[in-house]
Amino acid sequence: MAEVVLSGLGKVYVDGTRAVDDLNLEIRDGEFLVLVGPSGCGKTTALRMIAGLESVSEGSIRIGERTVNDVPSRDRDVAMVFQSYALYPHLDVYDNIAFGLTLRKLPKDEIDRRVREVAEVLELHEHLDRKPRNLSGGQRQRVAMGRAIVRAPRAFLMDEPLSNLDAKLRVQMRAQIARIQRDLGVTTVYVTHDQTEAMTLGDRVAVMKRGVLQQVGPPQELYDRPVNLFVAGFIGSPGMNLVTARLDRDDDGRHWLTVGTDALLLPDSVLLSRPALAGYAGRDVVLGIRPEDMEDAALADAGEGSILHSVADLVEAMGSDVLVHFPVDAAPVVTEDTRALAEDDGTATLPKGGGVVLVGRFSPRTHTYEGQPVAVWVDTSRLHFFDPATGLSVWTDKSGGQR
Amino acid sequence: MTVVEVSVAGSPRRGVLSRLVSRLGGGAVQVGLALVALFWLVPVLGLLVASLREESANTASGWWTVLTAPAELTLTNYADLVHNSTVLRSFLNTVYIAVPATVLVVVIAALAAYGLAWIEFPGRLWLTTLVVGLLVLPVQVALIPGAKLFGALGLFGTITGVVLFHVAFGLPFAIFLLRNFFAGIPRDLVEAARMDGAREWVVLRRVVLPIAKPAIASLTIFQFLWVWNDLLVALVFADQDSAPITVALRAQLRQFGTNIDLLSTGAFLSMVVPLAVFLLFQRYFVQGVLAGSTK
Repeated sequence: MAEVVLSGLGKVYVDGTRAVDDLNLEIRDGEFLVLVGPSGCGKTTALRMIAGLESVSEGSIRIGERTVNDVPSRDRDVAMVFQSYALYPHLDVYDNIAFGLTLRKLPKDEIDRRVREVAEVLELHEHLDRKPRNLSGGQRQRVAMGRAIVRAPRAFLMDEPLSNLDAKLRVQMRAQIARIQRDLGVTTVYVTHDQTEAMTLGDRVAVMKRGVLQQVGPPQELYDRPVNLFVAGFIGSPGMNLVTARLDRDDDGRHWLTVGTDALLLPDSVLLSRPALAGYAGRDVVLGIRPEDMEDAALADAGEGSILHSVADLVEAMGSDVLVHFPVDAAPVVTEDTRALAEDDGTATLPKGGGVVLVGRFSPRTHTYEGQPVAVWVDTSRLHFFDPATGLSVWTDKSGGQR
Repeated sequence: MTVVEVSVAGSPRRGVLSRLVSRLGGGAVQVGLALVALFWLVPVLGLLVASLREESANTASGWWTVLTAPAELTLTNYADLVHNSTVLRSFLNTVYIAVPATVLVVVIAALAAYGLAWIEFPGRLWLTTLVVGLLVLPVQVALIPGAKLFGALGLFGTITGVVLFHVAFGLPFAIFLLRNFFAGIPRDLVEAARMDGAREWVVLRRVVLPIAKPAIASLTIFQFLWVWNDLLVALVFADQDSAPITVALRAQLRQFGTNIDLLSTGAFLSMVVPLAVFLLFQRYFVQGVLAGSTK
């Protein structure tokens, strides 16, 4: 077990492509850190550099006391779980798990004891003499885990280990990985593009975009205080609603946000926690509203200036709650961040003017129907604000930085 | 690997051959294959029978007469062969040439192919291209320079010389074949082994080679057959003491008489060994070794 420290880490390929740019991360001993971001954001490259499978172009990697830039993979004493599992096809489950130990020339009986112990934990003991091709996807995944665990390495590196499993199995394995990591207390770096995995597994989550680290923090902090539009849009599902709104100060000193045809009244608490926000009076800001912070006005204790009026466009009943899509007549937000998010969603074309469709998460007791008018209550104390030019979150100063 | 899954029945797009097979049904295909096999086997059978008959009987009637008179069969030809020191020694020479020429090629090619496929070093692409380029170099152009070189080194007319020449000309294809196969092994497998603490040598021996068994087996068979059946190289580079059986049998042709008793026995003997080698390795051809390793 050891801490893993990345300082100014960078990767430039021979053709000049920059995959990782000045990555600084301190992964504490025993911590579970999740690297998350859309495909091509450099998270896997960063992981492979820690693993020693990719050379380091800039900066350094330290594992424990040792700088490992030039140490080959085999001597770094870290174990990796591959997305494809990468089980040795010609070896049975027992030998797959034992492979790393036999290379270390451990005594036979110790290898045997450790392999059986791990197999017991992962419920593989009945399949030890099977070949990988005779295993189910979930079992293969567990063998891959077992191969990493049995070595008791200084750190686990996991590259989207659950992405080849079906949804139900993925939830099960997610819980198992969390449990195992907690029990063993081994430093873990986990790469995923799935924000749910990131939120549920990570002690801390690092969000990356195009090779650049955007924000690191505990999952809740990323959710509550995203530093920019990208993190705001990436964390949470369904994603945060982003819309251009105009901030105005009336004669009584109250701040109003104009969203389409409606106006939202900002509570004083919001202005107090975001002193820089008052400076946007008379200008456009990017308003972020999480679907969870909306409700059917009929079911909420709606005060003055907290209602948006629209017509329900689409109603999705999820059982535990109802997702209501409704258009508002406000300008969509188009920045570099939202483009990156749209690319990740596969919605290559962003809405072209003429309004934005918002999504609200209502209680199942709502009586909202498609095509019917809907009054949406917004929890104005939980609104998010971003600078339209920089995309940074509006907090205390222009930089917006709050980590 | 997807390669294995392609053969699953019912997949929408299949090759002409597999569609033909399913159209004809298993039975018809088997009959067809049996006919082809028979067609190829008849001359072999004729050779075997001829080698088991007296010379006088062979000159008097065709080999198929044994079908009605099996009493003609005798082992005297083989008994004579054992006492014919020239043929016996040439047979052993063939073994001494073919075995090392095969083993060396497979071992060296495996090492080279691993390096070209999985170790990054400057000039790797150029070296690979060079190997491919050497594939088109005909043996003939090297006969005279080779003979001169071997003469200077004192290797001319020795088994070592013949072996070295075969190795040199066997390697380009062998490296090419193995490199392509090795490169097809999922990258994750090699990397997983490295992460598990394996040195390159261990990755090759414990992961790549076991997976590459089918390729190694095919290469072994091909290389062995080429060297075993070679006449040209041996004619140029071997002297009388180091001549393999192909050369020795050809020498027998020059003498008076048909010599059919000696030729047929020798020919049959020289055919049995590659057949045995083939049977020994052929089961690896049909293995889907990679199934289930990734995904």
